[in-house]
Amino acid sequence: MQSIKLVPVLPVSIDLLRSLCAPLEAEYRLPVRVDAAHAFDSECAFDVSRGQCNSSVVLAELLRLFPGHDGKLLAITSVDLFIPVLTFVFGEAQLNDLAAVASGCRLREEFYGMASDEGLFRERVLKEAVHELGHTFGLLHCRDFNCVMHSSTSVDEVDIKGAHLCAQCAAAVPGRRL
Amino acid sequence: MNTQWEILVVDDEEVNRESMAAWLREDGYFVDSAASGREALEKTQAKEYAIYFVDLKMPKGIDGIETMMEIKKIYPDASVVIITAYATVDTAISAMKEGAIEYIVKPCNPQEISLLVGRIIKVKNLERENTMLRKKLLGQYQFQDIISKNAKMMEIFQLVKEISSMRSTVLIQGESGTGKELVARAIHYSGDRADKPFIAVSCSALAETLLESELFGHEKGTFTGAISQKPGKFEMADGGTILLDEIGDISPKLQMDLLRVLQEKKIYRVGGSEEITLDVRVVAATHVNLEDAVRQGRFREDLFYRLNVINIHIPPLRERMEDIPLLARIFVERLSHELGKPITGISEGGLKKMMDYGWPGNVRELENAVERAMVTCREHVLTENDFQFLNGAKKDAQEWEIPQSMTLEELERQAIVTTLRRCNGNIKETALKLGMDRSTLYDRIKKFNIPR
Repeated sequence: MQSIKLVPVLPVSIDLLRSLCAPLEAEYRLPVRVDAAHAFDSECAFDVSRGQCNSSVVLAELLRLFPGHDGKLLAITSVDLFIPVLTFVFGEAQLNDLAAVASGCRLREEFYGMASDEGLFRERVLKEAVHELGHTFGLLHCRDFNCVMHSSTSVDEVDIKGAHLCAQCAAAVPGRRL
Repeated sequence: MNTQWEILVVDDEEVNRESMAAWLREDGYFVDSAASGREALEKTQAKEYAIYFVDLKMPKGIDGIETMMEIKKIYPDASVVIITAYATVDTAISAMKEGAIEYIVKPCNPQEISLLVGRIIKVKNLERENTMLRKKLLGQYQFQDIISKNAKMMEIFQLVKEISSMRSTVLIQGESGTGKELVARAIHYSGDRADKPFIAVSCSALAETLLESELFGHEKGTFTGAISQKPGKFEMADGGTILLDEIGDISPKLQMDLLRVLQEKKIYRVGGSEEITLDVRVVAATHVNLEDAVRQGRFREDLFYRLNVINIHIPPLRERMEDIPLLARIFVERLSHELGKPITGISEGGLKKMMDYGWPGNVRELENAVERAMVTCREHVLTENDFQFLNGAKKDAQEWEIPQSMTLEELERQAIVTTLRRCNGNIKETALKLGMDRSTLYDRIKKFNIPR
């Protein structure tokens, strides 16, 4: 049976990953497990000149660790991610494929010089996790502002959008049970 | 969803190219990628993209700016975004000078790219909508190959539709260059004879005897040079339509022969005795006033009535001024492709110059004038300077005739209506042009009940 595996890319709090399981199961109607045994260090994707991790390298490492995995793989990390042409990304996913990665780095209020807000941080991480997994199910950015698949390139945009898939996006997830 | 738009990412480094493409795909765009300028050009030859993201430095082969210039040769309006990791003022200036829509330094902020793509696509959507609406609008004004938004011309379109499948003879009258042959073709191609031949014969081009054999054909040995039997245009048009252009110019003998053909629907080849029965629809056209020619005894009255079963009078261009901008734009669009000159339109001043001209040669003259202006034009838009050659001469030289049985009052009304139209209903300008007081003009508008 298909399942979603959450893989820690260190450094990251395992507890944060565990907190995502129930809401992700509710959203995608699939079993979600944290695979701490396969946790790996973000070092492998670290780019010294940029001081960030290359998200595409993280995806490649994920695929190397889980050959032939039946389901989806979502890596979660606390380090900042980038793709070469952009200054940063909140996450990256293989469209309609296996793997995705999301970073909590820029989802923390502290990153913007504000006071810490753990509740808001977790809410944002969940949104990004649902969003990146949505891409692996073939979902594209949605025009609906309330839909979690709405494109967000800043943390404000993450906050504005809702935490769930809109009816249209939910219906487009293959095999999603009602 | 943005699936209808396609984007091309050109970068020699695979990781850059693919990550950028993947990021854009999440937005729903169809994204293609090319590893070199040359590959980009090959892909561009095959299809047009909405946006081209081109890396400036590509060590092998042509660089980003050259790639952009080549893309622009294929699609002058292409939206090219130059991306570079090594920004200098010089490269930025040269990229923008060569027509880049934007110049971005990588790595760039995702929000910036997102806004940039959104902005370009918005313009593309508007352009596409604009083209679609223009086509739709043109469709409204187009009947077969004739384009007009004039009310009289619309009536002609309607009439042509109604009579296209009848067999009745049609007489098309109109000044030269008004499109008589186009109307004749429209009659043929919108009717049930469309799949049969349409044969046009210019009656003024040939001497009487030649025209006779041209129309009816000849038997072998009828005259010197008649080395074999030859079918005439009437036979060639069997089942279809024959256009007898400049019918007013034919000799009395041919008028007689033609009358017999129209009455009996049969012909004899020159020098032959065999009767040939034909099913040909006759459309005649002339720039001369056939009624006058009949009155003066130059044209047979019985033939005139035979031809004039359905009469179509095409108004000259000066009586359908509203068609000038429409036609001129269509000619510019068509000729810019034919002449290979990227001219996009006509300035206000250029149009005014055209509206002020009398166009004695009608649509044909308009087409020639646009072509002449385009050949000498050095800008992207035709201006009044390109139409200098229209200055005065022909308009003044043309002898102006007062239409028959027109009263002075009707003449005054016509002058006011035409001038008002030319001045777009502006009273002050109209009064100035007509040399009358505004109050007098208001008075006349009321008196003649002229709609504004």
